[in-house]
Amino acid sequence: MVEHTYDKGEWTSITRDLRLDILEMTTRAGSGHPSSSFSAVEIVTALYFGGVMRYRSHDPHWPERDRFILSKGHAAPLLYAALSRAGYFPHSMLEKLREIDSPVQGHPVKDMLPGVESTNGSLGQGLSFGLGCVLGGRLTGKDFHAFVLMGDGECQEGQVWEAAMAASHFKANRLIGIIDYNKYQECGPIDREMALEPLRAKWEAFGWRVEEVGGHDTEAVISKLQRLRKEPEKPGLLIAHTVKGKGVSFVEADYIFHGRALSPEQAAKARKEITSCS
Amino acid sequence: MQLGKRAGLRSGKPMRDVFGEALLSLAQENPRVVVLDGDLGNSTKADMVRKAFPERYFNIGIAESNLVGIGAGLESCGLIPFLTSFSSFLLCNAYDQIRLAVAMSNANIKILGSHGGITLGKDGPTQMGIEDLALVGGMPTMVILVASDPTIMHKIVHGSAQHTGPVFIRSSRVVMPFIYPEDNCPFTIGKANVVKNGDDLTIIACGIMVASALDAASELAEEGIEARVLDLHTLRPLDKETLLRCARDTGAVVCAEEHLLHGGMGANVARLIAESHPVPMRFVGLRDTYTDSADPADLLVKYHLTSQDIILAAHQALNAKEKIS
Repeated sequence: MVEHTYDKGEWTSITRDLRLDILEMTTRAGSGHPSSSFSAVEIVTALYFGGVMRYRSHDPHWPERDRFILSKGHAAPLLYAALSRAGYFPHSMLEKLREIDSPVQGHPVKDMLPGVESTNGSLGQGLSFGLGCVLGGRLTGKDFHAFVLMGDGECQEGQVWEAAMAASHFKANRLIGIIDYNKYQECGPIDREMALEPLRAKWEAFGWRVEEVGGHDTEAVISKLQRLRKEPEKPGLLIAHTVKGKGVSFVEADYIFHGRALSPEQAAKARKEITSCS
Repeated sequence: MQLGKRAGLRSGKPMRDVFGEALLSLAQENPRVVVLDGDLGNSTKADMVRKAFPERYFNIGIAESNLVGIGAGLESCGLIPFLTSFSSFLLCNAYDQIRLAVAMSNANIKILGSHGGITLGKDGPTQMGIEDLALVGGMPTMVILVASDPTIMHKIVHGSAQHTGPVFIRSSRVVMPFIYPEDNCPFTIGKANVVKNGDDLTIIACGIMVASALDAASELAEEGIEARVLDLHTLRPLDKETLLRCARDTGAVVCAEEHLLHGGMGANVARLIAESHPVPMRFVGLRDTYTDSADPADLLVKYHLTSQDIILAAHQALNAKEKIS
């Protein structure tokens, strides 16, 4: 059994490597969602490399594993990069993103790659799936947690709130939602397009225990998630305040990169920025 | 309304009761079976499982999208979820969730769409599943089963759990007569049942229209016309071999279904027959309309879904066949 524990000092190199993976994958494919992937890098690092989740990459269907559900399926490049670096499949697979006959699909499809737990891309569906996992664990005598990473704009979907209501009803304390609150959706700033605030109060009103964190501080994310893991009754939600496109200045500055890959010239600049940041 | 009277069929039971009994017996046999309900368990009769196995029964409330997602999560733990509600609510409210979490994920999930067709009657078209087979037809991995009598409903429920992968089961609220003996009937997914022999034409039907087809066949026999009747209980995968054999043997086909003609059983059978062995075909079903809310018997007459409509279609198909030969 491989227990993945990494030192504090390693997180910076992991987040840098994941950003470089995302950059290379989406640039090579000529499409994808680099900025939505960048914003959740530290969250996913905390889960897979910060000791928050238990898993065995050589045994992806290990019944006791914690589940990670990427409800914001368009951040697939981040998921694939993390899974490959966690040992689920060879790193060279990442070169096949969005290619014909490749399991490295534009959005995740369940079991198409080891470690991909669910099919996501049409937004709003992951929290229900995670709740089902927790109820299934309860029924089969397993005590794993399910972590569901959602986008902020995704919370405009009604199904998210159906699941929020039900999780509280079922006292699903092993369900932990994480919102990558980068403040932008496809067409612009969230507060201009379809406001979410007061976001924390809404989740609390639905019966959730809510924590907030600076979403690019890996250590703080780990500590908040560990705290939510110990919650005895309520489902937990971590609102992670993040920056869309984090790590590349000109991507941070322009939400148009939501669904657009970088040109080779832009990628060269981005590569320099990511590499020099440590 | 007594379907199958002309053909001498014995009266059966409301199909929802049969479904509830079948699901309960399956849950007794298989501890992996769990049931999800969209707060209609007393209508679909899935709640028979609730009383026996409360821990394996989840009322998700009036939230079909969430119901499907939770079902998919349960399935990923090795359980076999039955998602139950009216077919219209599940497929129309939660189509995208079924598409991703069940069909695209090739999940081992069974969907019971109850109250299919127009014979739920007085509650009206908002509750009816007249497009359910077309909708579920849009999901390439989904096995589609339609029950025509109480005996085969038991077979379908148990058979669906033996099949690994997504299955949609369509049921109805109405009483259906026994097409088959009460204790047993042939059932293999993808293998249509010939329920009456004949060589002049074939009537292909599913659901309640099988009983009406047998009524029609009895009346046609009095005119000296021997109709073969097929219970097409599986719409996907289609039984190509039997369908083409019937087309070749009888040279004329009538399709009868309690569903919109657009995208339903007949449309799929016609595609197959047109491709490989074209013969004259006629179709009984709903023609681009929603219905009134009224007594089921009145609705079947008004919207031309009776044995008399099948007989009319049979004559038209036979006339066309004669012109060719």
